[in-house]
This record gives sequence, C-alpha cells and structure tokens, in this order.
Amino acid sequence: MIFPALFFYLFSGVCIAAAVMVIAARNPVHSVLFLILAFVNAAALFILLGAEFLAMILIIVYVGAVLVLFLFVVMMLDVDFTELRQGFLQYLPIGALLGGILLIELVLVLIGWTIGPNVQQTIAAPIPPAGSALNTEALGQVFYTRYVYFFQAAGMVLLVAMIGAIVLTLRHKPYVKRQNIADQIARTKATAIEIVKVRPGQGL
Amino acid sequence: MTIGLGHYLTVAAILFTIGIFGIFLNRKNVIIILMSIELILLAVNINLVAFSAFLGDLVGQVYALLVLTVAAAEAAIGLSILVAYYRNRGSIAVEDINLMKG
Repeated sequence: MIFPALFFYLFSGVCIAAAVMVIAARNPVHSVLFLILAFVNAAALFILLGAEFLAMILIIVYVGAVLVLFLFVVMMLDVDFTELRQGFLQYLPIGALLGGILLIELVLVLIGWTIGPNVQQTIAAPIPPAGSALNTEALGQVFYTRYVYFFQAAGMVLLVAMIGAIVLTLRHKPYVKRQNIADQIARTKATAIEIVKVRPGQGL
Repeated sequence: MTIGLGHYLTVAAILFTIGIFGIFLNRKNVIIILMSIELILLAVNINLVAFSAFLGDLVGQVYALLVLTVAAAEAAIGLSILVAYYRNRGSIAVEDINLMKG
C-alpha cells in the first residue's frame, strides 16, 4: 500500500510547484501553461480520492476550455508584460507576511480540528460502496434528482456568462459587409432580376 | 504511511495561500490575478472533494461541480471584460483602471 502515498506526494508536489511557478513566472504564457499543469495534477488527486467524474470535468472543461481561453487572451492582448512586473519585489514582503499569516491560521485550524462524532448520522447522500456503482452514476443519481434545481441554476449561470461574454466582446465594424437575412428572404422575382432584350450584334 | 484527510487539506491550504500570495505579488497584472483566483477556487474544490471522500458523502462533489461552474463563468466574464477594456484603453495595468474614481 505504498503506491497511493507515493502518488499522492508526487501529484501534490508537482501541483504545488506548478502553482508557485504560476505566480512567479516572468512570461504570462508560461504562467498559463503552469496553471494547466497544476490543474492536471489536481485532477490526478481527485482520481486518488475516487472522484473520477470531477477529475475528468476538471481536465475537459477546465484545461480544455477555460485555461485555453486564458491562453487565447494572453496571446491576443499585445501587452508589454515586463512593465507590468515592475514592483514585483516591492510587494514581496507584505505579500509574504500576509500569506504567512494566512498559512499559519489555516495550519492552526487543521491541527486543532477533528471530525465530529455524530457526523455519520447526518450524511445526506452516502457514496455507494466500491464496485456497486460508478462515481459518475452515483453523482448523476443525486444531482439530477435531489439537486436538480441547483443543476438548473448552474445552467442559468453559464447561460448568463455566455451572453455576457458575447455582449462584452462583440463589436460591429462599420466597413464590414454583413448578411441581412430579412432582406434576403424578402426578395421576390420582380425585385431580384431584370430581363433585358439584347439585340444580336449590338450589345447593351 | 496512509494518506488521510489532513494531507489533502494541507495541500489545499498551501494552494490557497499561494493564490492569495499571487494576488499580492502581481498587483499590476490582471491576468495573473485572475489565474490566482483560479488557484484559490481549485484549493476550495480540493477541500470539498477531500471532505466528500473521507466522510463518504456525495454532496461535497455536487457542490464542487457547482463551484467549478461558477469559476468557469467568472473566468469567461473576467477575460471578456479584460478584452473590452484593452480595446478601449490599450492597457491592462491595474493602476490605470481608475476611471470611476471620483
């Protein structure tokens, strides 16, 4: 049983190292690539925890869509990033101080904390025992029945985000010719063509 | 050497701290700040999934899925605001974003 521990330390170590590189890399493109590495390793941690569906969602939706969107935006905005990095060392002490305080607080919480004795009675949807149902199946049976309104709300959030992103970034350039579907449909034979009699040898 | 809940919570705490640290460290670069927020949300997700696995309750994973949805929406909206701002001002430095300051 050494392998789960070994893989846990491997994945979490790479994940944390990649997260450090996200905030320390000079080039934002490298930051995005390190963020992808961190998310892939977090997905591996999810698999170790038995949450296969979330791991796949993390890789497909997050790495495949959201982080590629980051990559697009970083490459599309032609910004001088060296200028943006000025003051990096100036902010280092206060950032390190606040980060250290936060980490100490979190560690103190972790040390003095135990799972309550009667929490086993309050479980809302128990995970099925291994081998009886897949993680995806079990998650679907909970998500589409008891939490169906949350599912719909998530869909609404994504719809609003999609419409908002389109409204924010769509722009009509005046010199670009666009298709006008109403005009196209309203065309009749009378308005569309003109029959001209051409006499032979004379032209128009 | 068994990996318990505390190990996962420690990883999540470290990731969360790195995210907060990144916001302070890259105060001029909005893109890195957005990436730090993604790291923070990833730490929250690791927490939720770890609790779900070790308590044997599937609801944590449902909640992690919802957090993932909101994070994706936030990233999309944030980046499109950034693109729209860059088109108007030609810069994404945080200290230039002061138009609404009285």
